[in-house]
Amino acid sequence: MTVTGPPLPSARGELSAAVLSALLGGRPHAVSVDGRDPYGDDLQLALYLLYELHYQGFAGVPEEREWDVGLLALRRPLERRFLQALRADVPPLSDAEQALGDLLVEPVGHDGTSVSHHLERDGELWQLREYAAVRSLYHLKEADPHAWVIPRLRGRAKAAMVAVEFDEFGAGRAEEIHAQLFADLMRDLGLETAYGHYLEAAPAEALATVNLMSLFGLHRALRGALVGHFATVEVTSSPASRRLASALRRLGAGAAAQRFYDEHVEADAVHEQVVRHEVVGGLLDDEPRLEPDIVFGVHATGLLEDRLGAHLLKAWRQQRSALRVPLS
Amino acid sequence: MPHTPERLRRVVIDPGGPLLVEGPVKVALGDGSIATSRRFMVAICTCRRSRTYPWCDTSHRRRTKRDRELP
Ligand code: FES
Ligand SMILES: [Fe+2]
Ligand SMILES: [Fe+2]
Repeated sequence: MTVTGPPLPSARGELSAAVLSALLGGRPHAVSVDGRDPYGDDLQLALYLLYELHYQGFAGVPEEREWDVGLLALRRPLERRFLQALRADVPPLSDAEQALGDLLVEPVGHDGTSVSHHLERDGELWQLREYAAVRSLYHLKEADPHAWVIPRLRGRAKAAMVAVEFDEFGAGRAEEIHAQLFADLMRDLGLETAYGHYLEAAPAEALATVNLMSLFGLHRALRGALVGHFATVEVTSSPASRRLASALRRLGAGAAAQRFYDEHVEADAVHEQVVRHEVVGGLLDDEPRLEPDIVFGVHATGLLEDRLGAHLLKAWRQQRSALRVPLS
Repeated sequence: MPHTPERLRRVVIDPGGPLLVEGPVKVALGDGSIATSRRFMVAICTCRRSRTYPWCDTSHRRRTKRDRELP
């Protein structure tokens, strides 16, 4: 039985309402996904709720329901619709070296489509707080969905993946776990650090970025996509973290807030190398047929990150909150 | 991370990027100061552009002109 854990959020439509009622003990009944927006609030929240059972669950939802066949049957059409949309919306490319190589190029000047560029140069404190609240959905379980790929890898890819994850999980020190460093950052910014606290406030675009990792992590068949996704995160993190650290400094955030991004500048400059050469390279040697999936993981991550970035910047440029529930 | 004496430490050169060395390491900076890192792998900057020298911060990356603005 789970009595603790984050509270269940409110529904955002028929699909999420059906999942919520099933989680609360109602008989699971499927709602058709036909014609539903695969990236919209309703489908993304429904999927998020079901995936969350594999992490920390929700208050009042028994732990055993993680493997409830009725709930798993609800999940399948949702994730199929999401996956089909992603497959249709990414470019049909399959060269992993090129896909990652393209990410290794930095723009010369200001990139007006990038959230970290915006926050570094023009960001205001309330936007930085919203950014941290939105990202907390992932960073408070940082590296957790990627751990699921470990038993699906072998040899070089496995050894390297575990080494990077060891770093993400604090290299043996609880206070250095990256999720803990992020909680420290949130506290510095006057945010609530409880796991799952900002789920109600998070827009669909943010839920989709986290659902992507859960989808790739939970399916062995998608291990190539998980690796491509992880490589994208590591390759893009170091320069973005430098910009975010400088935004935090400019806006006078505390030492703990700066620490999270400072650590990621240095750590991810290493992780990037290890993931590209050993995890991606190792998996390509071991299972060359997974190359198109690795590339799919790279582009699907880019697609959803771009959507989230566009959502945040559009709201902020109109001086309004990008969250569903503005921060107090 | 365990290192048996028979096992040679591997150093990887990324052409155009850092030198990858298995950690933990001490780097003598030449001005008498020493930088240390306990990470399982360490990326040592060779381009001299890093703002966290001697550690690589990806400042070595190729840059392109690309004007991207939101529609
Ligand atoms: S080699 Fe990477 S910053 Fe110098
Ligand atoms: Fe991290
Ligand atoms: Fe990392």
